[in-house]
Amino acid sequence: MKNAEIKTQQKRMQFMPDIKKGLIRNIVPVVFAVLCIIGACIAQARPLFLLSSVTIRMARNLLLVFSLIIPVVTGLGLNFGIVLGAMAAQIALVAVTHWEITGISGFIVTALLSVPLSIFFGWLTGRILNRAKGNEMITSMMLGFFANGLYQLLFLFVLGGIIPMVNKTIMLPSGIGIKNTVALRGLKYALDNVIKIEYDDLIIPIFTFIVIAVMALAIKFLLQTKLGQELRCVGQDMNIAEASGIDVDKMRITAVILSTILAAWGQLIHLQNIGILQTYGSHEQVGLFAVASILIGGATVTKATIGQAILGTFLFHSLFIISPMAGQKLVGEPQVGEYFRAFVAYGVIGLSLGLHAWQKQQAARNKFEE
Amino acid sequence: MGQKFRQFIDNFGYTRIVIILFLFVLLVSAFALELQIKSLLSGILIRTGMNLLLTLAMVPSIQSGTGLNFGLPVGILCGVVGAVLSIAMNLTGGQAFFAANVIGVLLAVVAGYVYGLLLNRVKNQEMLIGTYAGFSVVSGMCMFWILAPFRSPKMIWPYGGRGLRVTVSLEDTFGGILNKFLFRPYKWIDIPWGLLGYVLIFCLFIWLFSRSKTGIAMQTVGSNPRFAEAAGISIDGMRIVGTILSTVLGAMGILVYAQSYGFLQLYTAPLYMAFPAVAAILIGGATVHKASITHVIIGTFLFQALLVVALPVTNAVLPEGNLSEVVRIIISNGIILYALTRIGGGD
Amino acid sequence: MNKPIIQLVDICKEYYGNQVLKKVNVSVRPGEVHALVGENGAGKSTLMNILFGMAVIHNTGGFSGQVFFDGEKVDITSPKEAMDKGIGMVHQEFMLLPGFTITENIKLNREITKHNVISKILGEKMKSLDMESMRKDARKALDTLGLDIYEMLSVEGLPVGHKQFIEIAREIDKTNVRLLVFDEPTAVLTEIEAELFLKAVKKLASTGIAILFITHRLNEVMRVADNITILRDGEVVGKLAREEASVEKMARLMVGRKIDRIQKTEKKSNGSIDENILEIKNLKVNMPGERVKDVSLEVKKGEILGIGGLAGHGKIGIANGVMGLYPSSGEVVFNGDKIKLNNPKDALSKGMAFVSEDRRGVGLLLEESIEKNIALTAMQVQGKFLKRIAGINFALTWKIRAHARKIIKELDIRCTGPEQITRRLSGGNQQKICIARAISLEPELLFVSEPTRGIDVGAKKIVIDLLLKLNQEMGMTIIITSSELAELRSICDRIAIIYDGKLEGVLPPDADDTDFGLMMAGGHGKAKEVS
Repeated sequence: MKNAEIKTQQKRMQFMPDIKKGLIRNIVPVVFAVLCIIGACIAQARPLFLLSSVTIRMARNLLLVFSLIIPVVTGLGLNFGIVLGAMAAQIALVAVTHWEITGISGFIVTALLSVPLSIFFGWLTGRILNRAKGNEMITSMMLGFFANGLYQLLFLFVLGGIIPMVNKTIMLPSGIGIKNTVALRGLKYALDNVIKIEYDDLIIPIFTFIVIAVMALAIKFLLQTKLGQELRCVGQDMNIAEASGIDVDKMRITAVILSTILAAWGQLIHLQNIGILQTYGSHEQVGLFAVASILIGGATVTKATIGQAILGTFLFHSLFIISPMAGQKLVGEPQVGEYFRAFVAYGVIGLSLGLHAWQKQQAARNKFEE
Repeated sequence: MGQKFRQFIDNFGYTRIVIILFLFVLLVSAFALELQIKSLLSGILIRTGMNLLLTLAMVPSIQSGTGLNFGLPVGILCGVVGAVLSIAMNLTGGQAFFAANVIGVLLAVVAGYVYGLLLNRVKNQEMLIGTYAGFSVVSGMCMFWILAPFRSPKMIWPYGGRGLRVTVSLEDTFGGILNKFLFRPYKWIDIPWGLLGYVLIFCLFIWLFSRSKTGIAMQTVGSNPRFAEAAGISIDGMRIVGTILSTVLGAMGILVYAQSYGFLQLYTAPLYMAFPAVAAILIGGATVHKASITHVIIGTFLFQALLVVALPVTNAVLPEGNLSEVVRIIISNGIILYALTRIGGGD
Repeated sequence: MNKPIIQLVDICKEYYGNQVLKKVNVSVRPGEVHALVGENGAGKSTLMNILFGMAVIHNTGGFSGQVFFDGEKVDITSPKEAMDKGIGMVHQEFMLLPGFTITENIKLNREITKHNVISKILGEKMKSLDMESMRKDARKALDTLGLDIYEMLSVEGLPVGHKQFIEIAREIDKTNVRLLVFDEPTAVLTEIEAELFLKAVKKLASTGIAILFITHRLNEVMRVADNITILRDGEVVGKLAREEASVEKMARLMVGRKIDRIQKTEKKSNGSIDENILEIKNLKVNMPGERVKDVSLEVKKGEILGIGGLAGHGKIGIANGVMGLYPSSGEVVFNGDKIKLNNPKDALSKGMAFVSEDRRGVGLLLEESIEKNIALTAMQVQGKFLKRIAGINFALTWKIRAHARKIIKELDIRCTGPEQITRRLSGGNQQKICIARAISLEPELLFVSEPTRGIDVGAKKIVIDLLLKLNQEMGMTIIITSSELAELRSICDRIAIIYDGKLEGVLPPDADDTDFGLMMAGGHGKAKEVS
C-alpha cells in the first residue's frame, strides 16, 4: 500500500515538470483562460447567454483570424494589412447591395467579386512589404491606415461624385458618397440561414461553421503542398530559400494575396451575420482584433496554427463579452470593461511582439556565447 | 542638365517637393477663392507653434537610434496627467501651466526611463513595439480617467456620471497662456511672438544639447552603435537618454498644444497623436536615421500649413463631407509608409 | 576512368589591375581526392568562383584560360549551370533550415511530389509532397556517408558535425553529381567528427566522384588527398602526389616568400626593454568567426609585436577582446593595472587604443566629418576639446578643428578639409583617420588590426611607415594583427602565431619559412618531433 503510494507520488513528481513546462509554454492562453473564468464569476453571467454570444462571435471572426496564418508561416509576421482584404469585401458588398442581388446568390457574387479586388490589393501589399523587409508588421499597419484614407476618398467623394450611382438608397442625401451605415437587408444571414440550429437563445449557424472548417482544411492542405513547402522555406530563411532557387519575393507576395483573399471572405462572413455595414468603421479594427485573438491563442510572430487561432478567438471574444459585464458589476461602469478589453487587445500585441523581439535579441547574443 | 536636376530632386526629397507643390496649388486656389489670407497665414503660425514641440520630440529618439518615436503618447499622457493635477490643485494661469509642466516633466523622466529600458530590450523593433506600448498605455489610462478620484467641477461631468470629462476646458486655467503672450496683430498677419518664442527656445536647447559631450555621444550611438561602443560610449545608456528627452518633449509639447487648443483631451484622444508628429518631421526631410532641428521647423510648418489651407479650400470646393480630413489621413500615413519602405535602402 | 573530369588550364584573373591568379592549372580525375592548399588570399576562392561561374567574376571582367569538364571545353556562366553539369559545393557556412527535418533539408526545393485532385486543376505547385520517397532518398544518401541518424529528425539542435554531413548528403543526393568541392569542411568540426568526415570523403571518392578539397589543415591533407596543389599569391608553387608530400614541405611552399626587412633606426629607449607593458593571461573571446580559446601573451614595452595566423583562427579576436568589444574572460594586466574586461571605456582610459580591422563598420562614422571622427574618442574618454558652461560640457569646435588640421597635415590625409565627410575618402586616407583618432588619445599601447587591408600599394607603405614612426619616435608600443605575414615580418620585433584560438608559438621575424608555415597550419608540435 505504502509502496504504491510512493510510486504514484514519484510518478506525479516526474509528471510535474512536464505540466510546469506545458504551462510555461502556453502561458498566454492559460493567463487569458484564468482571466475569463474570474471575469465570468464576477459578472455572474448566464452560461447559455455566454455560450450563444461566443458561438456567434466565433462564426463571425474565425476566418479573419485564419487569414493571418499563411503570412506568419512565410515569415512576414502578423499581417495587419488584412484590413485591405476587409475593404475589398466591403467594396464588393456595396456593389452587390447597389445592384440589389440578394440571398445566397448575392453572397456568392460578393465573394467572387471580392477575389480580384483582394488579389490586386494583396499584390500591392506584398510588393510594399517586400520593400520593407524586417519591418513588415509596422509597415502593414501603416498601410492599413493609409489605405483607410484612400477608402474614404473612394466612398465619400468618388462614388456619386465621379462615378455616377443609379441606386440612391445607399447614398448620402446629397447624392455624393455612401451612407455611414448601409443595411445589408438582402444579405443578412445569407450564409448562416442555409443550415442552422436554434435552441432557446442559442443559434448555431452550422453551414457557416462548415464553410469555416473547409477553409481551415484548405489552409492545412495548402501548407502540405509543394507551394506550402516553399512558403515555409521562405519563412525560415530567405537567404537559403533564394540560394536553393526559390523566388522569395514572389512567394511572399503569394502569401499576402492568399491572406488578403481569406480576410475578404472572413469580413464577408462577419458582415452577413451582423447585417449592417458601418461603411467607415467596420474594417478599422479588423487587423487589431484578429491579431490580438491569434496571439492570445498562443501564436507568435513566427508560429501560428489553426488550433491556436480557434483557441485564441474563443478566449478573446469571451473576454470581449465578459469584461463590460464584469466592469458593471465591479465598479458600476461598463465603460471600464470596454476600455479594459481595448487595453487587453493592444497590450497583448505589444507584450507578445516585445517578448519575441527580446527573445530574438537574446538568441543573437547566445549565439555568440555558444 | 537633366542629371543635375534629378540629383537636386533626390537630395531635396520627393516627399518635400510633392508637399510644396500641393501647398502651392492650395494657396493659389485660396487666392482664387478670395479666402481670408490674413487669417490663413496667422492660423499657420499658431498651428506650427502649437505642434512644434511634439515634432521636436522625434529628434532625440531618431538621433539616439531608436527611430521614430511612435510611443510618443507615453510622454503626452505624462503632460496630460500634469495638467489634470494642476487643475485638481485649483491653480490658474501661469502657475497652473508651470505646475503642469513641472509635474509632467518629472513623470516623463520616470516614464521615459522605463520606456527606454523596454526599447533597449527590443532593438530593431522599437517602432512597432513603441506603437503598441503607446496604444496600451493610452487605453490603460482610459480606465484611470474613469476611476480617478478627482472632484474638481472643471473636470467632472456636470450632471453626474462617473469619471472625468472627455475634454476639459482650460479657459479658467491656462488656456491660451502662450498664444496671448506677446500676441501682435499686424496688417497682413498676426504673430504670436510668445508662443513662437517659447517653442524656439526649446529648439535652441536641443540644438545646444547636440553640441555637448552627451549630445555628441548620443548621436554617435544613433549613427553607428559599434563605433560608439569602441569609443567607450554606453549604447544602452545613450538610448535611454534619447528616449527620456523625447518623452519629456512629448509631455511639454502636449501642454503647449492644449493651451493653444483651449481644451485638454483625455481618453482615446492621444492614441494617434504620434502620427502627425512623425509625418511632420518626415516631410521636413528627416529619415528614420537622421533628423535635425531644421527638419523639425520646416516639416511642422509645411504640414500644418497644408492642413490649415486645405480645410477652407476643400470646403469651398466640396462643401459635403470632410475632404480635408481625408487628405490629412492620406498624406500623413502615406509619408510614414513611404519612409518605412526606404529604411533598408539607405546605403 | 582516368580521364580528368575537370581541367582548369592556364587560368588568369585580374581584379582592378591586381593579378590574383597567374596561369593556374588544376585537374581532378574521377575517384580522386585533390587537395587545394594555400594561405588566405592565395587565390583559392577566386578559383572556385570561376569554377562555379559566380557573378562576381563576370562583373569584374571575366577571366582568361580554359575550363574542360569531362573532356569538353565549357563556359560556365552561373552557379546553376555548374550544378546542372554535376558540380556540387559544400559550403563553409551551413545552408540548412533549422525548423525542417533532415529529409526536408536534403530535398530542399527538389522535393518529390505526387498529384492529387486539386493539383490536377490548379497545377504543379499544388502537388502533395511524397514524403515516403523523399525519406528513402535521404536515407540512401545518409547511408552512403555512413551517418546513422534518423532522417526525420529536425535539424535544429543537431551537432555541427551532423549538419556538415547533411550538407554533403544533399549534394550527393543530386543524382548527377560528379565533382564535389569542399571549402574548409573541417574548420567547424571536432576531432572525432573530422575523423568521421574524412572517412566519408574517402568512401565517396571510391564511388567514382571526384573531390576537390580546400583546406589549411595539412595533416588532413596527408590523410585523404591523392594529389595536392599548393597555391601562393595566385600561382601554383607545387604539385605533389601524396607519396612525395610531407607536412613540412607543404608548409614551406605555402608561406615562403622573399622578405623585405625594413631597416630600423636605433630605438629611442623607453625604459627597460625587458619590462612588460601588457600581460594577457588565459584570454577567451567570443568573437563570432574569430574565437579566442585560450591565449596568454606578454608584450614588452616599446616593441612592435605581430599577431599572425590564418583567417578564422582567432588572431583578430585578441585585440577586440582586450579592448572590450566582444565578450571575453581571463586576465589582462596593463602597466601593472588590471584592465576591466568587456569595458571599452576602461581599456581606453588606461592608455590603450585600437584601430579596428572593420574600418567602415567600427572604425568610422561614414556620414560625419573628418574632424569629428578624429576627435570623438578623445573627447568622450578623456574629456578633451570640452568646456564646461552652466554644468554642461560643450564641444569646442575651434579646438577640434585646430587639432584636426594639425593631424591632417602630419599624416598627410588627402581631403578637401576637416569638414569633409569620410565616406568618399580612399581606403588609405580612411585608415589614416582611424589611426589619427587612436593617437589623439596619446596611448602608450596601440592595437592595429589589418592595417593595410583593402588599401592600395602606395598607401600600404605609408601606413606601415607611419606605424614605424609612432613606434620609433614616440616610443609607442604597437601590436599589429595582420593576415599578411610578409608585412608582419617586415616591421615586427616578434611575431606570435595563433592557431585554433590558441597561441601556437612566438617567432623572430627572420625565422625559417617552414616554421611559420607549420605554426600557421597547426603542425608545429608534430614537426618538432620529426626533426
